[in-house]
Amino acid sequence: MSVIRRRLRTVAVAALAAGVALGSTACSKKSEDEGSTGGGGQVKLVLQTFQNFGYDQAIKDFEAANPNIKVEHQKMGELRDFQPKLVQWLAAGSGAGDVVGLEEGVLLGYVQNHDKFANLLDLGAGELKANFPEWKWNNALTPDGKKLIGLGTDVGGLAMCYRKDLFQQAGLPTDRDEVAKRISTWPDYIALGKEFKASGKVKAAWLDSATSLMQPYVMQNSETFFFDKDNKFIGDTNPVIKQTWDLGLQMAADGLTAKAQRWSADWDAAFKNSAFATLPCPAWMTEGVIAQRSGPANAGKWDIATIPGGGGNWGGSYLAIPAQTKHPKEAYLLAKYLTSKEGHLAAFKEAGAMPSDIAGLEDPAFKDKTSDYFSGAPTGQIFGASVKNMKPVFLGAKHQQIWETIVEPQMQAAERGQISSEAAWKKAMDEARKAAS
Amino acid sequence: MRSTVGAVPSSRAASPPPPAPPRRRRSYRLGRWDLSYSPYLYIAPFFVLFGIFGLFPVLYTAYVSLFDYELLSGTKEFAGLENYRELMADAQFWNAAYNTVGIFILSTVPQLVVALIIANLLNRQMRARTLLRMGILIPNITSVAAVGIIFALIFADRYGLINWLLGTVGVDPIAWRDNRYASWFAVAFMVDWRWTGYNALIYLGAMQAIPKDLYESAALDGASAWRQFWAITVPLIRPTILFTVIISTIGGFQIFTEPLMYGFGLVRGGADHQFQTLAMYIYERTFTGNAEYGYGSAMSWLLFMMIIIFALINFALVRRSVKGEQK
Repeated sequence: MSVIRRRLRTVAVAALAAGVALGSTACSKKSEDEGSTGGGGQVKLVLQTFQNFGYDQAIKDFEAANPNIKVEHQKMGELRDFQPKLVQWLAAGSGAGDVVGLEEGVLLGYVQNHDKFANLLDLGAGELKANFPEWKWNNALTPDGKKLIGLGTDVGGLAMCYRKDLFQQAGLPTDRDEVAKRISTWPDYIALGKEFKASGKVKAAWLDSATSLMQPYVMQNSETFFFDKDNKFIGDTNPVIKQTWDLGLQMAADGLTAKAQRWSADWDAAFKNSAFATLPCPAWMTEGVIAQRSGPANAGKWDIATIPGGGGNWGGSYLAIPAQTKHPKEAYLLAKYLTSKEGHLAAFKEAGAMPSDIAGLEDPAFKDKTSDYFSGAPTGQIFGASVKNMKPVFLGAKHQQIWETIVEPQMQAAERGQISSEAAWKKAMDEARKAAS
Repeated sequence: MRSTVGAVPSSRAASPPPPAPPRRRRSYRLGRWDLSYSPYLYIAPFFVLFGIFGLFPVLYTAYVSLFDYELLSGTKEFAGLENYRELMADAQFWNAAYNTVGIFILSTVPQLVVALIIANLLNRQMRARTLLRMGILIPNITSVAAVGIIFALIFADRYGLINWLLGTVGVDPIAWRDNRYASWFAVAFMVDWRWTGYNALIYLGAMQAIPKDLYESAALDGASAWRQFWAITVPLIRPTILFTVIISTIGGFQIFTEPLMYGFGLVRGGADHQFQTLAMYIYERTFTGNAEYGYGSAMSWLLFMMIIIFALINFALVRRSVKGEQK
């Protein structure tokens, strides 16, 4: 009797505990404040961003210029923490800020499902079109061109970061203009890598990982990536993708890559251990990723040259206004200010975010910027030119998901020799096709 | 009619103290209510909170699981059991289930055995006993994210501590993430590092409730320490063992943070989903991509069922095997 009762009790405990844990899936968190009107006719806006947009000073300036608006800046942590919450708030119809930061990949998903966002063209954004590079503007535009859901914040101009000291050991030129000339195309870049390795004087590999090639190479050589302009999956038929895949894995087979999985602990350690000599680097990666991981011991050893092919973009964000806001006019004022030249330059100063505003790119505050860590390289000029040289590429709603969670991991497994290139390609494409549908 | 009404006061006047009986009856009734209902009132806060934050979400999850419900596109259409049908044919789900069960067995069995041994060792007269007893709980109070980051470094493929140590004795480095079983082992190791001490402490608590004279008479009869352990300690703490097995089953099936941190924050769980657990897959489908709440709810319900079934199986297994030793 007591055994049975005890058993029942234990089972009940098990069921209860499991139920509580399971229940948390269905829970959602609402923000305490959704932008209410404060006293004295003041409007309170909530701005939600992820990571570090560098807006502390810009918000103070905005508030000084608009005394009737008060801005509460909620920093929501990493993108992957913020994104699921935002999806819930948008679906629930409350909780989202009056202005929210959207990463490029996230924004592209919302362009397809745009009914949760205000049309910025209705709020007067049409006049701002000339301020941005065409592709940055068009990314946030619905296919019919009638609705704009975001204004561009930063961009990720591309360059080639390289280890001057390792180049010298291998007997290669070290001057950044000289290097840029020697790697002006990707075949030249690979040829120089072979020369680097053939010198026999360095232990380091040429490139961190075969997958590093994919983003810049495809962006320069194709107008589409995994999707065509009707958002149909074409990853398996776009010849440039397979070409880049093969090119990268051939470099790995030739021993030119360090085979470090990007964003892993090994990759971090590879910077400190000087395990590779070059890395295609977007602007946000220089101080935030490379300098941080390489550490003070390697200061002055890195330098930056123009990327093979001349230009490109990797990443960047937007500000959007959820349709649920009660103050669309004031929210638009804020978004407009933060994406103006002043807002961009303030964010650049505070967080190193590279402006997407054309006037901002030309401003001495950005253009004359040099980096001490990267041997005094003129980062403003190099990255600015890269963004102006780039062609627009259509990415599609699920680009980021397919690249980051499917194609890159499979390509890395093939690079490490865990699976043949052909088998990995087939798996990646099968999975991507499924995710795209 | 009138006479009856008029008769009432006279009959009331006849009875000894008129207002007393109702009052007494009221306080009597209050007292009875107090006795029979207030216990429910005292435990009500738990059940109210459980109803709101536990039961309702569970039932609502079951309800949502019957819909084709995607948050990103805003579709919400009744789909009946379609999600469950799709689930049965979803290879990635069953792969995740396989990983989860594998990691669970690989972590829980050694964990509880080692915890039992540690508890038995600590249940003796020794120096610095309290310090040691508290010490084994320290891994449990460290943040699971911190544990994940540190172990991801220790088990790094190229510059990791373990592969470096293996290299110094001439052993080839292990592909800690690409090899399915190596990755299971590493994740199980993390779980054990955190939870062995906790379980040991629970066992120790149960062991101290065992009367000392049982051991004394066993010793007089010439039973060895090992025999005493198996014939006295283990059977007498059986309810506690059952408790830890159930709790470990529930925790083990929901394992999420350790494999997530181990895969450097990617819910994919390795290039080929080698160590993607059920909770990670549920997260992947529910909170990333299209935010498929309907499908995610169906998976959550299936996981719930699996936990109940496994908890019952483990319960039966442990009960039988420990009982066998008692004879």
